[in-house]
Amino acid sequence: MPEKKIRVLIAKPGLDGHDRGAKVVARALRDAGMEVIYTGLRQTPEMIVEAALQEDVDVVGLSILSGAHTTLFPRIANLLKDNGLDDVLVLAGGIIPDEDVPALNELGVRGIFGPGTSTEKIVKFIEEEIGKR
Amino acid sequence: MFEKEKLAEIKEELDKWEETTLQKTLNRFPERRDTFITTSSAPVERLYTPLDIAGLDYERDLGFPGQYPFTRGVHPTMHRGRLWTMRMFAGFGTAEETNARYKYLLEHGETGLSVAFDMPTLYGYDTDDPQAEGEFGKCGVAVSSLADMELLFDDIPVDEITTSMTINSPAAVTWAMYIAAAEKRGIPMEVLGGTIQNDILKEYVAQKEFIFPPKPSMRLVVDTFEFGARHLPKWNTISISGYHIREAGATAAQELAFTLADGFEYVKAGMERGLDVDEFAPRLSFFFNAHNDFFEEIAKYRAARRIWAREMRERFGAKNPRSWWMRFHTQTAGCSLTAQQPENNIVRTAIQALAAVLGGTQSLHTNSMDEALALPSESAVRIALRTQQIIAHESGVVNTVDPLAGSYFVEALTNRMEEEAYEYFRKIESLGGMLGAIERGFPQREIAESAYRYQREIDTGQRTVVGVNDYLTEEHVTIPLLEIDREGEQRQRERLARVRRERDNELVAQRLEALREAAQGTDNLMPYILDAVRAYATLGEICGVFREVFGEYREPVIL
Repeated sequence: MPEKKIRVLIAKPGLDGHDRGAKVVARALRDAGMEVIYTGLRQTPEMIVEAALQEDVDVVGLSILSGAHTTLFPRIANLLKDNGLDDVLVLAGGIIPDEDVPALNELGVRGIFGPGTSTEKIVKFIEEEIGKR
Repeated sequence: MFEKEKLAEIKEELDKWEETTLQKTLNRFPERRDTFITTSSAPVERLYTPLDIAGLDYERDLGFPGQYPFTRGVHPTMHRGRLWTMRMFAGFGTAEETNARYKYLLEHGETGLSVAFDMPTLYGYDTDDPQAEGEFGKCGVAVSSLADMELLFDDIPVDEITTSMTINSPAAVTWAMYIAAAEKRGIPMEVLGGTIQNDILKEYVAQKEFIFPPKPSMRLVVDTFEFGARHLPKWNTISISGYHIREAGATAAQELAFTLADGFEYVKAGMERGLDVDEFAPRLSFFFNAHNDFFEEIAKYRAARRIWAREMRERFGAKNPRSWWMRFHTQTAGCSLTAQQPENNIVRTAIQALAAVLGGTQSLHTNSMDEALALPSESAVRIALRTQQIIAHESGVVNTVDPLAGSYFVEALTNRMEEEAYEYFRKIESLGGMLGAIERGFPQREIAESAYRYQREIDTGQRTVVGVNDYLTEEHVTIPLLEIDREGEQRQRERLARVRRERDNELVAQRLEALREAAQGTDNLMPYILDAVRAYATLGEICGVFREVFGEYREPVIL
């Protein structure tokens, strides 16, 4: 039986319109053989969690460059838990200062990929994390 | 520029050189790569000669600065006469904090102001709107009402200095607030100089800060053209922007082509309204990116001037030479900055800024080294401003006009940039102009494609980014980052509440109702917006009326 494809939701929470990184990562994950769903812009935490549920994804990748992650990520993380999606691998990318990283890890954001990250590194991280399961 | 016989001679000599001198060297020392490419992945030849610009006609293609087709610059003396405006894009937190930053920048020699608004403001939401949660003051300053605008420019001589405001969907409202704030200080709108970005088309293409659908959005834009032409003769009512298109991943040629195609669309819209092209075209301004590839960028600016002049004169029939001028602001490329070894960004920015100056820019923002990490700190922004001052006063590049003209390489690149732009124009026309092209996702797809290719080039090591995929350091370089006043949001919310409490709410309701009726009709909306703003109707309230009347735009998701 062929191995099940890893399903990834790439989401843009908040008002931030910078979608270059989200789109590049989505393409790279798709080229690496994953099933990728991109939410489009201006998604509320509720919309993102709803999409994660509907699409039955293994991974949620959040991209944000506006600085609103400190408010929005905790809400998304909590909503994922409330909806029984504790096992979904949550990743984040964008402009996220080092000082915010420990709190985000605490919330369950497992990988944080800032500017300059190679797409290979993200692919590898996802494959390893999902492979552990 | 060259006689036929001379070219034939050069060709003969070139062939000889290739067979002998060059071949010998290549046999012993092969070149470092098989192909050399620009930042836009376009191939670059080993050597350029007169043969590469054999068709160039000096008078037709270059001419003299200040004369058609303006390839060499829009002013006869360029930076010998007047330096570009040193205009640092700035804004964060509250109006008070940003006002202090403006004063700091002016004290250190900047010559124009440039406002960065926060996300809620860009989307027409007040600070206390639920949609604004978590976003206050993060990417710029919050301006929810005239009261904020008054504080933002407190003690700043707006009758003497020009101000650029980076705002698009709600541009007409923000502009009205600026006008009303000046008015309260006894400064009539006629004397105000500055720019509103107001370029909605590139929002759909790249920056994505749109609120309303294209049609009512274009109406608002043309309303500002008309109002500006009649009442604010020194105001640029639009800054047609390639910057964000480039930041989203476009190549230099795509930036050029999509920006100018947007420009054509605005000209058409103005003329369709019944405005004389020469009435509003002189106040159309542009905004370009300055990316890493030095010569490619310079060629882009030169080609832009030539194309715009030609299209305005030949296609749109503009008769006033000022309508032919492509005047532009430049910002160095934010997307080229690295979070790794941030001090290296000072060098990148300096090279990019130099290209903008040599390309004949009218105004320049230089990014700060810390911008891949946060909004700029005072010390970082000072170095960025000093970079411009060093170019202006120490490098000597300003002493003569368009010094790179006649370079075989630069002229060949300028021609190529122009050809690529025209290929895109043809494609865009076949899709029904830029509005049709956007609807079909054409520019969006082209840009996403280029962005992905660029990333692949970095990931595969075909392209070196210093400090990112080569020349890494173990040491984690840290620099001090900007601290934003955490109490600011509370103060802003209180101010907003006070404004709503103390204003004449009956008057506000009347003016909003008048605005709604006007929005449903075809009147120019600027006078109605101004009246609402003067009564302290908030940005969110005014945009709320538009949201109801015009609806909101949802973009097609394109991967």
